[in-house]
Amino acid sequence: MGKRIGLEASLAVSEAVKMARADAVAAYPITPQTHIVEELSQMVADGDLDADFMVVESEHTAMSACCGASAVGARTFTATGGPGLALMHEMLYIASGLRLPIVMAIVNRAYSSPISIWGDHSDVMAQRDAGWIQFFAETGQEVFDLTIQAFKIAEDKRVLLPAAVNLDGFTLSHVIEPFDMPDQEEIDAFLPAYEPQVILDPDKPVTMGAVGFPEIYTEIKKQQNEALLGAYEVILEVWEGFEKAFGRAYHPVESYRTDDAEILISIAGSTACTARVAVDNMRDQGKKVGLVRTRLWRPYPFEETRAAVKGAKAVAVMDRCLSFGGPGGPICSELRSALYPLPEKPVVNSYIVGLGGRDITLQDFYTVVEDAERVLSEGPPDEYQYKMIGVRE
Amino acid sequence: MADEMPTWREYPMAAIILEPGSTAKYKTGDWRSRRPVLDSSKCLKSKCARCWIYCPDAARRVDEDGYFEVDLSHCKGCGICARECPPGAITMVEEGE
Ligand code: SF4
Ligand code: SF4
Repeated sequence: MGKRIGLEASLAVSEAVKMARADAVAAYPITPQTHIVEELSQMVADGDLDADFMVVESEHTAMSACCGASAVGARTFTATGGPGLALMHEMLYIASGLRLPIVMAIVNRAYSSPISIWGDHSDVMAQRDAGWIQFFAETGQEVFDLTIQAFKIAEDKRVLLPAAVNLDGFTLSHVIEPFDMPDQEEIDAFLPAYEPQVILDPDKPVTMGAVGFPEIYTEIKKQQNEALLGAYEVILEVWEGFEKAFGRAYHPVESYRTDDAEILISIAGSTACTARVAVDNMRDQGKKVGLVRTRLWRPYPFEETRAAVKGAKAVAVMDRCLSFGGPGGPICSELRSALYPLPEKPVVNSYIVGLGGRDITLQDFYTVVEDAERVLSEGPPDEYQYKMIGVRE
Repeated sequence: MADEMPTWREYPMAAIILEPGSTAKYKTGDWRSRRPVLDSSKCLKSKCARCWIYCPDAARRVDEDGYFEVDLSHCKGCGICARECPPGAITMVEEGE
């Protein structure tokens, strides 16, 4: 059996990539990179990981190189965040369009301007529709586990799509936490070598990424969409296998004290740790409050989300991303869409918190719950679409 | 026409083309508005092959006398061969002329 160790969450990602026996890593040291690829380059240099570490000249190239490596059948990884992810934008669609099972850690950060390297979810939300499988992690252990799982899910021949594991910049990426670190044999048993279906091979030439005229483009996108929707069952299957092997359970949506809850807080990422403390404190005061956390973001878990909020009177969704002039934070908008067809549904309020690394405090949770209570008793607030919390007026 | 085309299930994943060299089947010659015409008397004795090297569509073939003739079913009429030919043995003429 494995051992319990203390480790920075970023380094746990590197460890997971090493234990997954990745063949290729491409990275660019953009500000802000993290210890993830720094450690991986060290592992390769020290001979601890038998992989090609490709030092490239930009994040666009990092993802291009990942596409090439994956296309020749290599188990491929990269990590980025914030502006680096933005620079990858074009290639993200090519990775999913070519059905390349690349795994990427996204250390979530704000976008400039003003210049910010601190955490929020603006970076990944701008890449929401790139066709990648996407997870949000709460803890370091989860980051490690999801990275291992992501390879197995992405490489499954029923899926063959890239997968991204999101971890909050600084509040998770740079935090040292206790880990249950499995043995290499346990990982090898869970995650066998990648068996690609079609690869670029000079002895058996194929063409990848050829032109798709209007007569075929829609059909190819339908294929891709079906693959992402179909990934859902594979994700559940992999999580079931993971629980059997390692004893840790994974679900698309995680609920905390939601039985009999009237007001639910909905959030993604590491802030859920603080949210649980806030829920406990409010419960102590007799408030019927619970927490639902989004872990699986793409494919969107419609049924689990509906089930998780069933019976609640209000949901206070706290997004770490501002959709300027839009209908609410991204997680909130999608929750509203998921609930729209239901005859009975809670009131869903959108709150924007924690932008550009602003701390999300216990008070922020009390504030949104009080606001949700007020909405329930008095009707919708003036700014029904979304409300920014903690702004100095 | 659209009814006879493959459904989304029938295409190879990600539209990967499994047959090498299949582009040759795709005739691009009708995109052309001008065509290259070779005056073989001006072609260098060495047959320098620049027209063949530079042609982006591999539309140049060696004929039995060693000259680089044009495959008009693929030539798009870009004019690169005419531009690159050192002695100016290739001229572009309007289609229809
Ligand atoms: S005109 Fe262009 S396409 Fe045609 S033979 Fe010359 S180089 Fe090739
Ligand atoms: S480039 Fe001109 S000279 Fe050279 S082989 Fe072609 S036609 Fe002849």
